[in-house]
This record gives sequence, C-alpha cells and structure tokens, in this order.
Amino acid sequence: MVDVGTPILQAPPAEGARDQHMVLNMGPQHPSTHGVLRLVLEIDGEIVVRLYPEIGYLHTGIEKTCEAKFYQQVVPLTDRVDYLGPMANNLCYCLAVEKLLGLEIPERAVWIRVLLTELTRLNSHLIWLGTHAMDIGALTVFLYTFREREDILRIFEAVSGQRMMTSYFRIGGLAMEPPLDLFDRIQSFIKTFPEKIDEYSNLLTGNPIFRNRLMGVGMLSAEDAIALAVTGPTMRASGIDFDLRRDMPYSSYEKFQFNVPVSNRCDCWGRYEVRLEEMRESIKIIQQALDGMPGGPIKADAPKIILPDREKMKTQMEALIHHFKIVTEGFNVPAGEVYQGIESGHGQMGYYVVSDGTAKPYRVHMRYPGFASLQALETMCKGRMLADVVAVIGSIDIVLGEIDR
Amino acid sequence: MLERLPDHPAVKAIVAWNADALTDALFDRSELALTVPPENIVAAVTAMKDAGYNAFEDMTAVDWLPSEPRFQLSYHILSHKYKDRIRIKTWVSSEDPAIESITSVWAGANYYEREVFDLFGIRFDGHPNLRRIMMPEDWVGHPLRKDYPVEGYR
Repeated sequence: MVDVGTPILQAPPAEGARDQHMVLNMGPQHPSTHGVLRLVLEIDGEIVVRLYPEIGYLHTGIEKTCEAKFYQQVVPLTDRVDYLGPMANNLCYCLAVEKLLGLEIPERAVWIRVLLTELTRLNSHLIWLGTHAMDIGALTVFLYTFREREDILRIFEAVSGQRMMTSYFRIGGLAMEPPLDLFDRIQSFIKTFPEKIDEYSNLLTGNPIFRNRLMGVGMLSAEDAIALAVTGPTMRASGIDFDLRRDMPYSSYEKFQFNVPVSNRCDCWGRYEVRLEEMRESIKIIQQALDGMPGGPIKADAPKIILPDREKMKTQMEALIHHFKIVTEGFNVPAGEVYQGIESGHGQMGYYVVSDGTAKPYRVHMRYPGFASLQALETMCKGRMLADVVAVIGSIDIVLGEIDR
Repeated sequence: MLERLPDHPAVKAIVAWNADALTDALFDRSELALTVPPENIVAAVTAMKDAGYNAFEDMTAVDWLPSEPRFQLSYHILSHKYKDRIRIKTWVSSEDPAIESITSVWAGANYYEREVFDLFGIRFDGHPNLRRIMMPEDWVGHPLRKDYPVEGYR
C-alpha cells in the first residue's frame, strides 16, 4: 500500500504566504460557491495572489457504489451526480452500456431522448443564469429563470413522475411511453420561451453593473482552456469551435440542424453570451424533434435486457421469467471497455464503463466537465480582485455534485 | 490490427514514434485503444499530442485484482481536428505502483492524477501537488481498490 505521506500534505498557499499576504478561507458553506466548494485564497490586499480549490466535501463514492449494483440499478445513481441535468447523465450512461451490448435503440426512443436532453440543457442553463446573476447582485433574474425552470420540471414530472431525479432513460430505451399531451406541453413551452430569453437579456445585457462585473474578467485563453481540459461553453467562449453534438454525433444528433455559438472574448461576458445563445439553439433542436417525432416502439427488442410490459408479464409465462431473471440476477454484458462522451449543459461529460462479462459493471468512471473547469479557476482569478472570484465561479457553471461524485 | 488501420492518424504517429514500444492495439466498438509500457507513457502522449490529438479529456485507473500487473491506467485523448478519440492504456504492478505524471504535457491532468492517487494509491512522479483530493487527508486506504469493501466497516 502506498504511504500517503506527510510532506506533501501542506496546502500550497501556506508556503508562499508572505507577511503582507493573508490566507482567506472561502466556503465550504458560502452561498456563492454553488454547493460545498472551499477555496483557499492567498490575497494581497484585495488582489488574489493564489487560489486553491479544496474539494471532496460531497464525495459519496458513487463510482464505487456502481461496482456493487446491476447495470440497470446504476441508472438512478447517475441522476444524483449532476443533479441539475439528470437526463444528460442517464443518456450518457445508457449510451455507454448500449455500446457495450451492441443494442439498437428504436428511433422514437432516440428522438425523445434528444428532446428531453435539450430540455435538460435549458434547465441547467436557467439555473446557471439565475444564480450567476444573483451572485453579482442582480436578484430579479433568479425569480424569472426559476419560473421557467418550474415549467421544465413539471414536464419532467409528467414524463417520469419525478421532478429532479428522473431516471427516465433506461438501458435499451425509455422507462415508459410518455403521456399523450407531453408534446403539446413542450410545444407550448418553447413557443413562449424565446420571449423569456429576450426578457433575461433585457434585464442583463444592457445593465451597466452586470457588464462591468463580467467584461474583461476571468480571462482564459484558448491554449489554457485546452491545456486545462476545460470543455463546453467555457471552452467555446475562448474561441474553440468544438461541440460533441455536432462534431462527434451521438444519439442521432447528426439529423438536427443547429449552430454552435462561439465567442472570442475569452472572458465571463463571452461565456454569458455563448450560453444565452445556446439556449436559443436548444429550442431549435427541440422544435425539430417535435416536428419530426417518429412513431413506433420506445424500447429495443431485447427481452433479456429490458423489463417486459406489465401487461405481458401478467399474461405470458416467458415474459414473467425474463422479468424475474432481470430483477434478481441482472443481465450479463459482454466483456470490454467503452468511453461514451456527450455534450451536457456544463461541457463534455463522459462515462468510461469496463465490463468483465458479468451482470455488474467492473468499473464505472465518470468524467464531468466541472472537475476540469475548476482547475482553470486559478488561471482566471490570479491578479484580479477578490470580488471577481465570485463572478468567475458563476461563469464556469459548476455543480459540486458532479465534481465530487 | 495496425495493418487494418494504416491511415489512422494516431496509428501513424505511434508507428513513426516507436513501433516497438506498442505492446497491444485494439479497435473495439469503434474505439481505438493503444497499449504502451508505463515507462513510455509521457513519450507516447507527447507523440499523440504532436499528431493532432490536442485535448486531454479523461484519465482513470482500473484495478484488476488479483492479476498482475494489477492497475490499468486509461488516458482518453480527443482530437478537435480529426474529431476522434483514442485511449492510451498502460499497466502498473501492485508493488510500489508508480508512473510518471503527464502534467508536463497537459496541465489539466493534475486533478485526474490526484484522484487516481487518492482512490487507487498510484503515485505520479513529477506531479506538482500530489495530495488526496476526494478523501480527507488522514484517510487510510484507497476506496476504489477492489480489496476495499463497498459496505461495512474497514
């Protein structure tokens, strides 16, 4: 066993602290750190000299827990990782396992997945916008974005029975047929939503305080963004035109037409613009998904992997046997390893699933964008004022659940 | 395998760099995985970076107890140019598990290596700040190892 040793345990800011520098603790219980993020800051007056994120307060060992569960039992666990984008987590895990199994998913299920994942992105961006503006002092926007978020959560509740921990996507398809009025509800939601984005924009874009707090703050060059593994809107705001949905399409994203917003500003304002524009693009995708929604089954034809319908289970002996076997002993997945990356609301999410041929995953590793973005925090905040740290944390859009896992 | 993918930029780069260092190559489920010996990891990822695989995406370990070498390290590297992802694999043994850090190539590997150090107990030589990241600093043991129980008391 490796000795974790003591000489390397010292937190870095303490070594560099000079007489005139002060070491300040921000968090873990701080309203603007979006969860339980603790930052150790070394400051010279109000200027940040060094910044050191201290994470792990929310570590629940989800990756370890996955190793003790059947493949289908992992789906609800994934909801709890990035709790603002439940459907994106479900999608990424299901795609990874389906790749291992070599399962073909019916088109209707795939399209409903795209539809709901984009709604998840809207949900995630709305929370980002509300909390980010609130951190900076624009409290009103928070109330506006949460009003629309409530509509999205009601749609999630209608489709899955749960507002936040949906677990609606299953390995091989969807949990159940969506309610009849679902598409109409989504249609009426996205019909009014572009106006709502204009409303947020009216409140913020011309606001001199908001502009001054964001413009030129938290600079991150394209080279640094790549070197520090920063992804998603934060990377695109640094001028890198890359989006997994367009460039390495999964789940039939190649069938949708949308633009990838990119900004060359490299600062918090660029990130604000990119995310606002992304919301408009998501609406386009949702509209296309609604217009072209195919019919057909919502589950793949694989009775040994997917639970049978309740109806069949009660009438057919074979379905009952399959149900019993899946629930009690799971299903075996061929040995191998896959990495599935998707573009979540925060950036590139990835699931690395290793199978040894049994019914439980041998290893599930989750790559979440916030974990990498946090590494770039020091680069963005160094030499800036202490108050800018709050603006930068808001602009990289982190969720501590996904960082600590 | 390598003959079947002669035009793949990653394959070309690794053959040009040092074809003998490549111990295994696998193209499975449309994902390319190249295995290199642990002492060559920095040179291998540098060769990949030069070949256009510019973005480090993910890095983790798998514990294959009781087989030896015990730990499998997987590096996922993305190419914005080729729109492609490759997996570089390497293996380290259970006695004194250590490997060279790739933070000199991508600074962003910092947290990922700390996580593996914390949860698997694999040391990364040359890492700027190798400390526990998830668990408390006085924690004993490495939770993601297979000989560490999922439930109950340690």
